[in-house]
Amino acid sequence: MTGRTYPDDIVDSFPQPPLSLTDEEGRDIRIESGGMDDFDALVAMYDDFDPADRAQGIPPIKEGAIREWLDTLLAEGSLNVVARHDDRVVGHAILVPGHEDAYELAVFVLNDYQGAGIGTKLLEGLLGHGVSKGVQRVWLTVERWNEPAIALYEKLGFETSNAESFELEMSIRLG
Amino acid sequence: MNVLLGMGGSPDGFDALEETLARARQAGDDLTVAVLDTSDDYDVDDVAAKIRDRLDEAGVEADVHEFSGHPGSQLTQLAEREGFDRIVIGGGQRSPMGKIELGEVAEFVLLNADTTVTLVR
Repeated sequence: MTGRTYPDDIVDSFPQPPLSLTDEEGRDIRIESGGMDDFDALVAMYDDFDPADRAQGIPPIKEGAIREWLDTLLAEGSLNVVARHDDRVVGHAILVPGHEDAYELAVFVLNDYQGAGIGTKLLEGLLGHGVSKGVQRVWLTVERWNEPAIALYEKLGFETSNAESFELEMSIRLG
Repeated sequence: MNVLLGMGGSPDGFDALEETLARARQAGDDLTVAVLDTSDDYDVDDVAAKIRDRLDEAGVEADVHEFSGHPGSQLTQLAEREGFDRIVIGGGQRSPMGKIELGEVAEFVLLNADTTVTLVR
């Protein structure tokens, strides 16, 4: 994973959580920064997660593996943002630090809550949270056939940084 | 079965070695290991020595060959030339997020091999 490139232009116009929205189904959703306190609610969310929505082996399927994976995501240094509907966590977006001060991004939304504008708001909130914590470089991978996701990432300011692998790699520079 | 394991020095390659050894013992496979120059992080001679040690320890006889040059094409060509039944390769590394990333070699072999390929998880 060497030689990853980032756009020249800095994007800094993201809102910081907490955010709220009424989604396209009329549900009141709150977007908040998350952490270890959300561990159990996140385990419940990923227990409910549709296996058809998995990507590149995550989220894991078995509860033990989910817990182990969440331990990594919620560890110090990572940034987490969650979408809540009532007391239930229905969406989760994460920045995990890796090489060269760059953060890997992923976002998950429960099937029943997809296509309602929650993912977009979660990502805006996560990137806003990232900016406030001094995060400058973010990258992600996405399946080439996942055109809605790619379009959303492009709308947010991500650009393709590597098109030569199985998955498309995209990146953004924050300020 | 006549099995060709292709690996560099990365952990997923050694995981694949363990699986392949376990299967070879059970099924009586003939095993050949191709040590590939997949990255500057690993020295091919060192990796081959580690593999030979592991084979001795496991009591499995296998040919170990070292290859330089393009790892994917070396592996697929060897498999065809020698008429192997199956190519085995590692299942990829994990990103910081835990996503599985298939490397260049795996992608090349999966797309270009005429031999059946097993990707070890």
